[in-house]
Amino acid sequence: MQALVLRQLMKKYKNGVQALKGIDLAVDEGDFFALLGPNGAGKTTVIGIVTSLVNKTSGVVEVFGHDIDRELEVAKSCIGIVPQEINFNQFESVFTIVVNQAGFYGVDRPIAKQRAEKYLKQLQLWERRDSIARSLSGGMKRRLMIARALMHEPQLLILDEPTAGVDIEVRRTMWEFLRNINDQGTTIILTTHYLEEAENLCRNVAIIDHGRIIERDSMANVLRKLQKEIFVFNLRDARTTPPQLPGFRCTLPEAHTLEVEVSRGQNLNEIFGRLSAEGIEVDSMRNKVNRLEEMFIRLVDTEAKSAAAAGRTP
Amino acid sequence: MNAPASRGRTDWIGFKTIIIREFSRIVRIWGQTILPPAVTATLYFIIFGSLIGKRVGQVGGYDYLQFIAPGLIMMTVITNSYANVVSSFFGAKFGKHLEELLVSPLPNWLIVSGYTAGGMLRGVLVGAVVTVVALCFTRLAVQHVFAIISAVLLTSLVFSLGGFINAMFAKNFDQISWFPTFVLTPLTYLGGVFYSVRMLPDWAQMASHANPILYMVSAFRFGFLGTSDVNLGLAYLIMVAAAVLMFSLAVTLMHRGAGIRE
Ligand SMILES: Nc1ncnc2c1ncn2[C@@H]1O[C@H](COP(=O)(O)OP(=O)(O)OP(=O)(O)O)[C@@H](O)[C@H]1O
Ligand SMILES: [Mg+2]
Repeated sequence: MQALVLRQLMKKYKNGVQALKGIDLAVDEGDFFALLGPNGAGKTTVIGIVTSLVNKTSGVVEVFGHDIDRELEVAKSCIGIVPQEINFNQFESVFTIVVNQAGFYGVDRPIAKQRAEKYLKQLQLWERRDSIARSLSGGMKRRLMIARALMHEPQLLILDEPTAGVDIEVRRTMWEFLRNINDQGTTIILTTHYLEEAENLCRNVAIIDHGRIIERDSMANVLRKLQKEIFVFNLRDARTTPPQLPGFRCTLPEAHTLEVEVSRGQNLNEIFGRLSAEGIEVDSMRNKVNRLEEMFIRLVDTEAKSAAAAGRTP
Repeated sequence: MNAPASRGRTDWIGFKTIIIREFSRIVRIWGQTILPPAVTATLYFIIFGSLIGKRVGQVGGYDYLQFIAPGLIMMTVITNSYANVVSSFFGAKFGKHLEELLVSPLPNWLIVSGYTAGGMLRGVLVGAVVTVVALCFTRLAVQHVFAIISAVLLTSLVFSLGGFINAMFAKNFDQISWFPTFVLTPLTYLGGVFYSVRMLPDWAQMASHANPILYMVSAFRFGFLGTSDVNLGLAYLIMVAAAVLMFSLAVTLMHRGAGIRE
């Protein structure tokens, strides 16, 4: 069974912006799926259409086999949504917000109250249950929206940048929480600009750019496609020119910083051997960017170039 | 996972939840929702009733206070029903929490019904408060209970729907105060709240009969005084027709999604 199927999904906003140019996508039931793409790529538009906050221009959307044109209400009740922007009533209390949301999905009030306790506790908001939502911190507001989305126990949970502006520790507990929810069978679709997050959590990924899907594969495969990685060496002594490392491309962006491009199959020992031979001491070493990030930048870049070459506006 | 609730059950729980939410809003901001109409009504009763009313003498065979009390109650019902829905629904649109309802499986007609019921709740609640205030100043004899209840509910329904439609069209806060200030208030004042249209010259009487609020106020007043300035059958026809038409318009606007769905 597929949790979500999009066929030739198009969206042109009233101001003329063609936000989606034919999106085809399928997400399996039980998957933990990353929808990635730069700002303005169309991620929120896709999610808006699926949750019926945005009217599509054309195309088909099916949620667990329910076409939103024919069985909108059933399709909607399968989805829980954590939107990119805060959209609860800032003057209501935390507890009220989640309990009422359950009511809108037809959950009996006594059950809704039990669930509110369960999810607010899991998301560390129980202490704040009587607080007015406006008084929560940014990270708490995000967690409140996650709790709210789970109140009707949806089969498909969609999160649009749930960890934007959330500190590292909270982010990790959120990951843990989402992994648990996914383990219990909920399909999750997530957008994020923290690629480390997608790499950590998601099994499958689609990259969208300028309203088109430019990559759709398993996370493992996407990472495997990476041919090169850049390593950054912090040198003990200042240099004016990069050392000679045959077979490697080196740059020296700063006197103490050496960057080396390593292709797949090449050996790091070789680099260290040469550096030792030249008497260069290395204090520390790290990856220049996260691997997925590199992949991502490359893909989006290529897309822009080929678009320019083909003479179409991306 | 969810035991699949039946369609009707989901709708009913959702409807109740909207009403609960609207009711808590009314109570939460009681200083804006319940107190001002009570204060205004008290002032009206003191000024028009006790001070000026004594010099006015009788209207249509009744003390002036007895005559205007139903009018003032109705005026309160009208403005409060309207104000509740227009500000609550526009607030939800503006503050984006309308999205909580838009993503839920509740059908559009139910969202309209929920907000409308919230408006009626406020209208009736505040109407009751003003009735209590009125009773401090005058006696209200009930002649036709059914007329009183039905006229209040229908009027409140019509103006709650009016508030909803206004909020659907409104793009900013100016546009939710424009209609009540420039259309609703004048029509209410000219709708026979403070005087009997029989006191007017012919042409003004004719013009007044084009004002739907006249029919509502008169039907309500009939419940207390047992006499009416207008044909009651026509009054009910107007109220029911307005409710049906406005409900359909509100649901159609929701379907089109203008201003709420991109
Ligand atoms: N309501 C709107 N009216 C007009 N254009 C819009 C609207 N919403 C989005 N767009 C445009 O559609 C395109 C896609 O926007 P969208 O919000 O879907 O991007 P996104 O991938 O979610 O970006 P981000 O990562 O910044 O959230 C952008 O060009 C944006 O300007
Ligand atoms: Mg977005």
